[in-house]
Amino acid sequence: MEWLNKFIDSYPVFLKGMLLTFELTAVAIFIGIFIGLFFAFLKISKIKILEWIADLYIFLIRGTPLIVQIFVFYYGLTSLNISQFSAVVLGLAFHNGAYIAEIFRGAIQSIDRGQMEAGRSLGMNLKLTYRRIILPQALRRAMAPLGNQFIIALKDSSLAAFIGMYELFNVATTYGSNSFDYMTYLLIVAVYYLILVFIFSILLRYVENRMAISD
Amino acid sequence: MADSIMVKVETLNKSFGNLHVLKDIDLTVKDREVVCLIGASGSGKSTLLRCLNFLEVKDSGTIFIGGEKVEEATHDLNQVRTRVGMVFQHFQLFPHMTVIENIIEAPVHVKKIPKDQAYQEAKELLAKVGLSDKETVYPGKLSGGQKQRVAIARALAMKPDVMLFDEPTSALDPELVGEVLATMKKLALEGMTMVVVTHEMGFAREVADWVVYMHDGRIVEAGPPDKLFSSPTEQRTKDFLDSVL
Repeated sequence: MEWLNKFIDSYPVFLKGMLLTFELTAVAIFIGIFIGLFFAFLKISKIKILEWIADLYIFLIRGTPLIVQIFVFYYGLTSLNISQFSAVVLGLAFHNGAYIAEIFRGAIQSIDRGQMEAGRSLGMNLKLTYRRIILPQALRRAMAPLGNQFIIALKDSSLAAFIGMYELFNVATTYGSNSFDYMTYLLIVAVYYLILVFIFSILLRYVENRMAISD
Repeated sequence: MADSIMVKVETLNKSFGNLHVLKDIDLTVKDREVVCLIGASGSGKSTLLRCLNFLEVKDSGTIFIGGEKVEEATHDLNQVRTRVGMVFQHFQLFPHMTVIENIIEAPVHVKKIPKDQAYQEAKELLAKVGLSDKETVYPGKLSGGQKQRVAIARALAMKPDVMLFDEPTSALDPELVGEVLATMKKLALEGMTMVVVTHEMGFAREVADWVVYMHDGRIVEAGPPDKLFSSPTEQRTKDFLDSVL
């Protein structure tokens, strides 16, 4: 079968692309979580100016395409002189950070106000109550939507192709244009994405289940 | 310490927006005394209790805890709260922690008591509330009555000078009320100072040293239970008691 032959012939290059896709996504998500937490706390700070900063950030990021944001980091802010890898990671991280901020904010605010009061009534200060009582519960509640967001980030990393990175999608289109057989390589790359997303989903479900033991 | 004053409230006022919920409240709770706050929903009794733990910030008035005047602005309220235990209507156990972890959480992280010592004390408290077999169980697996008894143990673990109970049995199925009241009664007999917001008139009559009837943000009448329940002087107290007894 020709498709399978092409799959086998191309796999060393695709595996490299897959590794790059994975790296881009993992680093971006890692940074994005901290950005998200930071802006989530601004949103719930009850300090107007901080809330506005967070609102503005979310407004700008959600309101513009990710590809524009990646281009801003790579072609726009030339004075930063950052690598392709950094530009994509920053673009993805700030982009996902806005969505993750909303996920965290929603999860934190969904925790019963009485939990905060219970912590405070025991003499725990605000910070300790957040760290020990509110955030662990909020994180658990955020896992499902966070998982979705991570999978979206994984697929969005394909935009790195447009600044010339040889991640999965770019590998596929390069093979496609060289062989005039786009369809075969698009189907091949789809398989790699499906495998990546499948692994992600299993990992996420594992983490979710572990966290849910107490419920 | 006999007859020393544990909690004292002077001309306390509190509003939520336009709603004036506490009007010139005066209240004194002596050491080892059990005071029950009764009254209809919305009478302000829960708000009064929450002011005593500074979960609500008063508008004006003075609150003394253990003889010490507490000012929200200058006092370390976290430190004050370690001396004032609170039990909530809806338990508010920490669902992501086991029963024993719930109890040792504040002693370990606030009082910095060594974990094994906190653990030993927690086991004794669990035995006291009759739940020794539930040590490693998560709250989700407990009945309402069991949850509330764990919540009592959790508050006791901080060795508070006074315990506040905010309608501790109102969220319970009727058949589970008894076990919680029995635990509270035991606590009262051991000499714990307690302020209890309750609709359980039987408990108030039997356990309280002093019963306070509140209506519309004011203390209408207060007195020892045998007097307040059998011969109230105010008409409004009579009407309320007629409606609940």
